[in-house]
This record gives sequence, C-alpha cells and structure tokens, in this order.
Amino acid sequence: MSAPALDAPHSPGGRATGRNPRSTGNFELNSWLFQRGSGLLLVVLVFGHLFVNLMLGKGIHAIDFAFVAGKWANPFWQVWDLAMLWLAEIHGMNGLRTIINDYATKPTTKFVLKTLLYFSALVVLVLGTLVIFTFDPCIDPNSTLEVCR
Amino acid sequence: MATSPAGTLYRGREGMWTWVLHRITGVTIFFFLFVHVIDTAMVRVSPEAYNTAVETYKNPVVGLMEVGLVAAVLFHGLNGIRVVLVDFWEKGPRYQREMTYVVAGLFVLLMVPFTIRHLANVFGG
Repeated sequence: MSAPALDAPHSPGGRATGRNPRSTGNFELNSWLFQRGSGLLLVVLVFGHLFVNLMLGKGIHAIDFAFVAGKWANPFWQVWDLAMLWLAEIHGMNGLRTIINDYATKPTTKFVLKTLLYFSALVVLVLGTLVIFTFDPCIDPNSTLEVCR
Repeated sequence: MATSPAGTLYRGREGMWTWVLHRITGVTIFFFLFVHVIDTAMVRVSPEAYNTAVETYKNPVVGLMEVGLVAAVLFHGLNGIRVVLVDFWEKGPRYQREMTYVVAGLFVLLMVPFTIRHLANVFGG
C-alpha cells in the first residue's frame, strides 16, 4: 500500500486562511498570544468560580436568586464575573475560529459557521454584560431580601 | 513523491491525545457557556424565572452531567497550563510527556474531592 500524496504545506497566511499574508498583519500571532494569556487568567477565574459556587457551603443547593443578589452586591464579584465572561467568550470564540479554519474546507461552510460563531459571541457578550450591569436585587416589589426592605 | 511503508498516520502518543481532548473539552465548555449566560440572564426576568432555571442544575441526572462538565474544565485548564509551559518554558518541549502525567495526577487529585462533595450536595439534598 502506498502512502497518499500530500499537498505542500500552506504558506503562512496563504491558502490556509485564504488571505494575503501582507494584509493579515500580526493578527494570528496576537490571537495565539491572547489564547495563552487569557487561558492563564481563566484558570484562576473559572477554578475560583467553581470552588466558591459548588464546593463551599451547600454547593449547588445554595444557588438561587438570593445567592446571586448576595454575590453581585459586592463589586469584587461583579468585576470577577465580567472579566470571566469576556475572557471566556473571546477565548472560546478564538478557539472555535481555529477549529473552523482547520476542518471546514469549503469557503461557504467556513463563512456560515463563522457568521454563526461571531453572532452567538456577540449575543453572549452583550446579554451577559447587560445582566451584570443592570442587575436589580429588588426586581420583585414584594422581595423579602434584606437590601430591599 | 516520497512513499512511506508505515503510511502517514500520525501516532503522536500522549501529546496527540491531549491535543484532541483539549479541542473536544474546549468546544464542550464553549457551548455550555452559551447556555450558562442565558440561564443566568433569567435574574433580569424575575427571581422565580431564575430559580426555576437553576432548579434544573439540581436535578440528579443534570448533577451527574455537571461532574462531566467540571472534568472538562479541569482538564482544559490544567492541560492549558502545560501548553503554555511547552510554548514558553525553555525546558517545556523536553518535558511535555512528563507534564502530561503531572496534568493527569493533578486532575485526579482535584476531581476526587470535587466529585464526592458535589454528588453529596446533589443526592444529599
């Protein structure tokens, strides 16, 4: 059995991305670096998030509206969650972008998948950010939470 | 065209499988993040809407899936540190295989207490 013939490797920014190497600048290098930098920060943010929400106290059984209200009364957790949201979504978007580039061969497939990807990332970032900034612990006028009395 | 009697199948051992797992866990976590932001957004609808959404996560079957999700997050995070060390630490490439076993060891070390604690919370009520 003879081995299948292989194409010559793609040149940087060439056929693999379908772009002129001179027009891409340092985008791929920067996204590669971002993936590592954000990844290290996310290890702290996400492991901390899981530990506080699932390991401490009654774990998942303690999570309800009052739990969220208690956490977001503290700017520390607002900043934590906002940083986690943005870093995780962009990190994930960047990872999926790479996977689409690797496995989607037809330009149309690539375009459709990336459009869906960027649209979903936009929805998650806008929705998540609005939720953190506009959260109202007293949204229920009959709330019995301490802050609302 | 050069021919190879062994074919061109890449047998990358540990490094290949961690790479495959890193992609699978990454995609899994990305889809969960989408769901998780939407369920959390229910806090802007009403306390009842949010409590109903989180109630799903306290269901025993979903509770078991959460163990799988945390496993995916732990592996992705620990192996991610290994990837950074391979890329930036001068001795990283030389010790990449040893670091795979460090990742596996830390994974077990963190997964065991988490699984015990989480399942006690899910099934203990």
